[in-house]
Amino acid sequence: MNDISDAFAAAFAMVAGFDKDLAEIVGLSLEVSLSAVFIATVIGLPLGAATALFRFPGRKVIIVVLNAFMGLPPVVVGLIVYLLLSRAGPFGVLGLLFTPTAMIIAQVILVTPIIASLTRQVMEDLWREYEEQMRSLGAGPVRSLTALLWDGRFSLFTAILAGFGRASAEVGAVMIVGGNIDHATRVMTTAIALEVSRGDLALALGLGLILLVLSTCVNGAAFLIRDAAQKRHA
Amino acid sequence: MNPRADILPLVLDDVSFEINGMRLIKDLSCTFEAGPRTAIIGPNGAGKSLFLRLCHGLLTPSAGTIRWAGPDGANSVTAQAMVFQRPVMLRRSVAANVDFALKLRDHGKPDRTVIIDEVLGRCGLRRLKDNPARVLSFGEQQKLALARAWALKPQVLFLDEPTASLDPAATHAVEEIVQAIHHEGTRIIMTTHDLGQARRLADEVIFLHRGRMLEYAPTETFFTEPKNDLAQAFVKGELLWWKLGKDNRRAGGYEIDKAPRRRN
Ligand SMILES: Nc1ncnc2c1ncn2[C@@H]1O[C@H](COP(=O)(O)OP(=O)(O)OP(=O)(O)O)[C@@H](O)[C@H]1O
Ligand SMILES: [Mg+2]
Repeated sequence: MNDISDAFAAAFAMVAGFDKDLAEIVGLSLEVSLSAVFIATVIGLPLGAATALFRFPGRKVIIVVLNAFMGLPPVVVGLIVYLLLSRAGPFGVLGLLFTPTAMIIAQVILVTPIIASLTRQVMEDLWREYEEQMRSLGAGPVRSLTALLWDGRFSLFTAILAGFGRASAEVGAVMIVGGNIDHATRVMTTAIALEVSRGDLALALGLGLILLVLSTCVNGAAFLIRDAAQKRHA
Repeated sequence: MNPRADILPLVLDDVSFEINGMRLIKDLSCTFEAGPRTAIIGPNGAGKSLFLRLCHGLLTPSAGTIRWAGPDGANSVTAQAMVFQRPVMLRRSVAANVDFALKLRDHGKPDRTVIIDEVLGRCGLRRLKDNPARVLSFGEQQKLALARAWALKPQVLFLDEPTASLDPAATHAVEEIVQAIHHEGTRIIMTTHDLGQARRLADEVIFLHRGRMLEYAPTETFFTEPKNDLAQAFVKGELLWWKLGKDNRRAGGYEIDKAPRRRN
């Protein structure tokens, strides 16, 4: 009991005092996850929108694959990326294994299907409603697409937040491809896993608290956005 | 009145439309010249909305041709507008809904501001211009859809039951707007269930029944002496499916088929 309350006190002290190690880990976590989400958004939004609006060969395959990949276990993604980037693998020469870049790659693979699938659902619903009106007004594919992205912006933003939620919470993939190297590839989730197993509860708890606050903020933001959008556009 | 007639006439030649083997529009031929206002009437499920969609180019006929035969017929898309039975509101403000349509026609910003203010004013929506369109009442949405179509100054305007579910005052307001649009030279082709409205607004009436055009006549003639006995029954307010019974009937030279009856 004492251990735990001591750990809590130490954790609060670290967070409040902007502990250097802690800040470094949080910084890297955000850097990796935000980069991954940014890249996944750039790929996922147009991909999801295109599969919703246009009929092209391979569309069904893409949809099935995206849906299947939505629930991909992070350790499996980590393993695959590890194999691809390991020295014997096809991309071994790039020397990316155990770098933040490798972690970003793994998270992009985890997050892109989520953003693309949610985007497709949002866009399909909107398109069903808008299609005839758009065609009646003489809007071409590009104008229709941009109009849909704009009108669906609130829902799309929550899709992106869902992607960020997944990226910042997962541990399996970044652990395998990053290696949890101190001052190089250690992020919040891998640090927590390590510190708990080593018995340093203070750092683990401090990181855990930050992660908790972060995910609460993300979920809260998603809720508020959806709520505001519903009030405005019924 | 000064009819602009660049894309008209609209010529339908033996047009049929089917979905999954069901023929929903059958062997329909007619020509819409510039000038008069046309009302399409007929029971629920007769094919009125499908007919408008075919004319507007949203559906492609399964057989037959639909052609804008005027000198500018090739540019027919941007010269038409349609107001749907269920208004489609973009998730934007009232003014932005009109603005979006105008942008698609490459109107400049100052131009758009003037037109938006004008059409919203004339449709009684000016005070709502910054409200989100989707929280408007149904009647207001219908007026906005009309304002948006009007802003485009189309040569041909298709209206699918523009006053269904409006209160009498709103119905009157919408009819006035339709008249104003007509006086600006726009060709009006509309559907309605309100026979009084057809009398008030239309110069000619088309009677559709189960996908067939059974009568196409000047309004006056149609209401005083409809040739087709189904049209007659409809005008008198008799239920059509009731009368269509046991045997195949001939009506106005058309064979009425024995398709399973649809009750709405
Ligand atoms: N996409 C579709 N698939 C199958 N059947 C359809 C489809 N669209 C329309 N129909 C059928 O075609 C018929 C004509 O439909 P339409 O909407 O044109 O009727 P309407 O005359 O406009 O009726 P209302 O007065 O109720 O608006 C109906 O029986 C309808 O069920
Ligand atoms: Mg209809």
